[in-house]
This record gives sequence, structure tokens and C-alpha cells, in this order.
Amino acid sequence: MSENKVPMVESARVSKSFGSNQVLKSISLTVNRGEVLCLVGPSGSGKSTFLRCINHLETVDAGRLRVDGTLVGYREKGDKLLELHPKEAALQRREIGMVFQRFNLFPHMTALENVIEAPIRVNRVPKADAIRRANELLARVGLADKGNAYPAHLSGGQQQRVAIARALAMDPKLMLFDEPTSALDPELVGEVLDVMKQLAKDGMTMIVVTHEMGFAREVADSLVFMDGGVVVEAGDPREVLSNPRHERTKAFLSKVL
Amino acid sequence: MTSPSSDARATGNSLSPDGDTPAPAIKAVRLRHPWRNLIAVIILIYVVAFVWDAANRKAFQWEIFGKYLFDQRISQAALVTLELTVYSMLIAIVLALILAVMRLSSNPVFKSISWVYLWIFRGTPVYVQLVFWGLLSVIYPTLSIGLPFLPPIVSFPTGDALSLFSLAIIGLALNEAAYLAEIVRAGILSVDRGQEEAATALGMSWSQTMWRIVIPQSMRIIIPPTGNEVISMLKTTSLVTAVPFSFDLFTRSRDISAETFTPIPLLLVASAWYLAITSVLMVGQYFLEKRFARGIGAARSDKTVGTVTGAIIVGANQATVVPGAATPGPQPGKKPDRPSDRSGDEDPR
Ligand SMILES: Nc1ncnc2c1ncn2[C@@H]1O[C@H](COP(=O)(O)OP(=O)(O)OP(=O)(O)O)[C@@H](O)[C@H]1O
Ligand SMILES: [Mg+2]
Repeated sequence: MSENKVPMVESARVSKSFGSNQVLKSISLTVNRGEVLCLVGPSGSGKSTFLRCINHLETVDAGRLRVDGTLVGYREKGDKLLELHPKEAALQRREIGMVFQRFNLFPHMTALENVIEAPIRVNRVPKADAIRRANELLARVGLADKGNAYPAHLSGGQQQRVAIARALAMDPKLMLFDEPTSALDPELVGEVLDVMKQLAKDGMTMIVVTHEMGFAREVADSLVFMDGGVVVEAGDPREVLSNPRHERTKAFLSKVL
Repeated sequence: MTSPSSDARATGNSLSPDGDTPAPAIKAVRLRHPWRNLIAVIILIYVVAFVWDAANRKAFQWEIFGKYLFDQRISQAALVTLELTVYSMLIAIVLALILAVMRLSSNPVFKSISWVYLWIFRGTPVYVQLVFWGLLSVIYPTLSIGLPFLPPIVSFPTGDALSLFSLAIIGLALNEAAYLAEIVRAGILSVDRGQEEAATALGMSWSQTMWRIVIPQSMRIIIPPTGNEVISMLKTTSLVTAVPFSFDLFTRSRDISAETFTPIPLLLVASAWYLAITSVLMVGQYFLEKRFARGIGAARSDKTVGTVTGAIIVGANQATVVPGAATPGPQPGKKPDRPSDRSGDEDPR
């Protein structure tokens, strides 16, 4: 988008195994500041695992993963890597927002309490400020009047929008979305995508795992197709979607389009 | 559509084919249950007969029951029993939380310590444990604080430091902690893993995640069986005579009856007090459950099966409902709930 491209996420030959099951095989890709990357691929291809690595919810086995120039989960000392203390890892995570397929709102808290929890506990923002900001964010996702509702009383689309507001409350420089609309009834998908589109327009750097190809075509700056833990194809979303070069991409797209 | 009388209705209200007026309420003849009624009457007659007989039976010595019901020694003993219950329960809850978290931690040393603790304290009778605590000053005449294999920093005679009352509390608490730990563990496991993940992703530390997110949600699972444990503890205090501590409700009433040779009315007196305290505790439990059902408890009645109150009272079978309650409809290919390994339910007592 912008002329001088600053990388926000740099993944260089990142690998990850669970036991003998190698889930990520040498993933290399870059997301520049302000860009939106859509990640698509069949179930089990490692999309969620890759997102979780960026957030250090999983630890990578090989390669280097950097967010805004800083190595994720490790500190470099000479040519050695030192594991980060959990507190330092938590500091890194604050700057990365994550939105889950199943929302994962805190059910014992109201929408507003969900949004102010981390700013107050983690960033030590004064409560009044946190509430003011939370109300702004809830208004931004179209839920100005739902602050006092418990998640159980909100529709799926509303819950997911609260979850987005909750992540934004930490002022992240990067947002990760893991199939944010897959658990929603079809008529609720649009309201969540609209919020995400607005977010992209406002310049947020985003990585979105999704099966919504319309969204990818319209919003994404690049599209990555993963299968079996490798990046099969990457490029301009309109290009990849209309002229996939690989057989596997073609086969996958013919199923989801 | 059989009879579209007007266009507007046919399009606007196509689901109610006949008529604009609502149908009249059904007035059916109520189904009768003659056998059920007959059995109820018979049972009632027996109950009345039993109560009548009990009220007039000499052996119960109701006049003595009345005399001792509010005897000061008895009400004092009831207070002591209540103190034993509350103190040992409070200690047990703290210990149980620690044990449960240790058991769930990835540290193998913590895990095995917790496991061995449970093995010992659940595997031996509480009465035997109480006798042991009573013998503490015989086994360890002095208590010392210091590092192993080094001279102690402070040291004092066991008998002076710990009264029989505190030994009774320690004995009851340590035993109870083993049972409660399993209840707490089941409660923690019942909370959807996504909760911990979401909190972690927000940058919350492990202890913040535990105290703010996981444990409050697990309370719904923990409180109903813990309420039962409190009531059970109230009655277990009658075993402290093993220590031997003798100022609790049961031992006290036995002592009185040993002087007056009227064991039956004094047993009734003790029972009445136990029942009264239990009733008060049950009311307290009701309000606690309501408090922690906030948000989750008011689950979407349109999407989840079963009513809220039913779900809470059942408690032990409830683990699987919690994670699902906050999530939308079906999730293809994903198991919405973890299998709940309800391990707190062995209840071997
Ligand atoms: N914690 C874990 N332990 C062991 N295996 C795991 C773990 N998490 C993921 N896997 C495995 O890694 C593989 C990739 O999983 P991942 O969730 O990243 O796929 P995905 O592309 O997100 O799929 P989906 O579209 O179903 O969400 C799967 O085979 C899965 O079984
Ligand atoms: Mg996934």
C-alpha cells in the first residue's frame, strides 16, 4: 500500500512440529505495516498453528519469526537464542490482538467488562479511562448500547464484534483473525466482515485466516494458500483467485468458491 | 394457502392460514389419577400415625428434650461445632486450591506431591487421622522451625503450641482438602481452554488468567459439591472426640446424657441443632450459587438444552454445558466441549 514498506511480520523458514507431526514446514512470508494478508487452506494445513506461533501461544522449532523487528518468544544473544520469561512473552502479546473462531469472550463478564479487563489488569490503565475507551470501541463495532449485556445474551455476530473491540482495547499493532466468521450463521457474517473492512481501511495490519474469498478479494493485499504445512502459492488475491497456478490451489478454490 | 381472502394477509402473514382472531384457549377435561391419589392418602395416614406416636412415646422423653434444647452448654457446643466447621473448611479450601493447581501444573514434582497427599488423606479414615493428630505431641514432643539438618531457629513444646481445638481443626481440614482438591480440579478442567487462550493472548499473566478468568468460571462447578462438603463437614465434626476434643455438639450432648442417664432426648437435641445449622447453610449455598451463575447462568435458553436452575443444582453433571453456553450453535468438525473427567465424584465416604 504505502511506498516505503516496513515489515510488521517476517517469517523466515519457520517450522513447527507436534511430536512427529510436522505441522509447519519452512514457512516464509512477510506482512508489511498496514497490509492485510489472507491465509487460506484446507483443514489441518497449519493455518491456526501459524497464527498461534506469531502470538507465541506455540513455540516455533526452527526458523525466525519477527514481529515489528523483534524476535517472537526468544531473545538473541550473539548467535544464541534465549527463551523469554513468561512475563516478557506476555509483554509481546499485548501488542498483538487475536480474534478466535469461537469468540472466547469471558462469559462471566459483561461486554464492557470484557473490553476493559486487559487494559486495567495488564496495562494498568485507570478504570475511568478504560471505560471511556471501551465505550468508544464498542460504538466503533456498532454495539454502543450493548455494554452491559453478558455474552450469552448477544448473538454470535455481536459476540465476535465485542471480541474485536476487546482485542483493539490493547491498542495492538497487529491483529490476527482465526476464521472469525466460521462459527456464525450466514446472515451474521456480513456485520463482522464490515467491522474488519473498516479496520483494514483505518490502516491496521491484519492476518486473516478465512474462507470468505469475497473478503480476501476486496480487502487483502496478499493471499497465501497453505496446504500440508507449506505455502503453496502466494500473491495478489485477485490474481491467485482468478488464475491459480498450482493444481492444489485450483482444487481447493473450486471447493470454496 | 387454502383461502387467500386478501392479498395483504396472504403475503404478510402466510403462516397463520385461518383467521385473524386467536384460537380460544383449550378447556379439556383433566386427566384423573385415582391410584396416585389413593396411595398418597395411605402414605399420609401412616405419616400422621408415626408423628402422633412419636409425640406420645415415652422413650423420647420430650419434656427433657424441651429442657435441654436451649441449655446453655448445648448452644455453646453448637457454636463450637460451627466454628470447627467454618475454620476447617476455610483452611481446606485454601489448601485444596493449592493442591488442585499443583496437580494441574506441568511440574512433575508438584504433581506427585499433590497426588501422594490425596492418596494418603483420602485413603485413610478421618477418624484414624484425628487420633493421629491427637497423638502429635507424643510423636513429635517439640516443634521446630528451621532448615533440615541444621539447628532449629525456634523450637517449642507441641502441647503448648497446639490446643486440642486447633488439632481438631487441622485434622479435619487436611482430610477435607483432599476431597475438595478433586472438586476444584474438576471445576478448573470444566472451563473451556479457549478462555485461558484468550486471556493469554491479551497479555494476561498466568496468575491473572487463573484468578480473573478461570477460577470465577469454575466456581459454578465447584460451589454445589462444596456446599455438600460443608454440610458433610458439619457432621464429621462429631468425630473430633477422637482427638480427644469434647466441646462439640455431639460429644457435649453425650457427656450430659452420661450424667442424666437420658441418652435419647439428648440425641434428639443434638440432631435438632445439626438440622437447624444445615438448613441455614443450605440457604447460604443458594445465594452463593446465584451469585456465581451471573452471565453464564442466564445462558441463552433458546440455544442450550435444559433450564438454568436445573443445570446448576445438578452441578456435577454440568461440566460439559459450561463451555458450550458461551459459544454459538454447532461447530462442524470441532468438539465443542472437552470430555469432563469428573474425578471429584468417587466419594468413598
Ligand atoms: N496442540 C496440538 N497438539 C498436537 N497436534 C496439534 C496441536 N494443534 C494442532 N495440531 C495439529 O496440527 C495440524 C494443523 O492444525 P491447525 O489447527 O493449525 O490447522 P488449520 O489449518 O487451522 O485447520 P482448520 O481449518 O481445521 O482450523 C493438525 O493436524 C492438528 O491435528
Ligand atoms: Mg484453524
